[in-house]
Amino acid sequence: MISPTLDSYLVLSVVLFAIGLLGVLIRRNTLVVFMCLELMLVASTLALVAFSRYNGTMDGNVFVFFILTVAAAEVAVGLAIIVALFRKRMTIQVDELNTLKN
Amino acid sequence: MGNLLFNLFAVFTVVTAIGVVVNKNAVNAAMCLLLSLVGVAALFVALEAYLLAFILLLVYAGAIVALFLFIIMLLDTKGVDRPRITGLPLVARILAVGLVALGIVSFVARGSVATPDPSTIPALGASLKLYAYQLFTTYLLPVQILGFLLLIAMLGVIVLSKRFEGMGDIK
Repeated sequence: MISPTLDSYLVLSVVLFAIGLLGVLIRRNTLVVFMCLELMLVASTLALVAFSRYNGTMDGNVFVFFILTVAAAEVAVGLAIIVALFRKRMTIQVDELNTLKN
Repeated sequence: MGNLLFNLFAVFTVVTAIGVVVNKNAVNAAMCLLLSLVGVAALFVALEAYLLAFILLLVYAGAIVALFLFIIMLLDTKGVDRPRITGLPLVARILAVGLVALGIVSFVARGSVATPDPSTIPALGASLKLYAYQLFTTYLLPVQILGFLLLIAMLGVIVLSKRFEGMGDIK
């Protein structure tokens, strides 16, 4: 199968990362912010696998395992924090969670 | 043929990723995230990393997104009247979009890597044995550390979700 060049995979990875970053900056629902964070992680794994394929190494492929595991642990703990926060504040909009201000 | 499939899945992934960011409903955003993960798994198959595509679907789409959906349904927030965004936050958002677009454009215009022809390079990721070989020799320490990390994460979730006495949560 004639695959496209490494550049196209990297550009796609950058675009996905940028879209995730935009979501983290713009959305006010904490859960959607978290989902966009996961999108950024997936974009970085895509870049790793593309580099690993086009250079003939295994390191990028194997590292994806670690990224996946760290993402899973982070999601578990982050969601537990969000649930605990919701119990106290009864809201998950980030602009209402501002008691540290002033 | 390969180019057509790559373009198709790339456009699909980007469109559903934009759907995650734009959707007002959190459940719709989670479904769009699921679809973009399917698109990325298809791109992994195009890169001949079959085990990684499968594991991505199992772990990310199967477990993490399901967990997100549980929590979204659990924290049942009604669609409150969100105020219109004006003033400084609006300027900040437009600036953020502009900077991100500038970043993408500058990468596309300047960044370029010497790309070798993929048919001359062996697709190492297609065999399962090499993953196991690397994980058990070169990357053995990170695997053990990840075991500890998962244990700590599990303990952390249990501790964070307990109701302690005298906490006085819901008023």
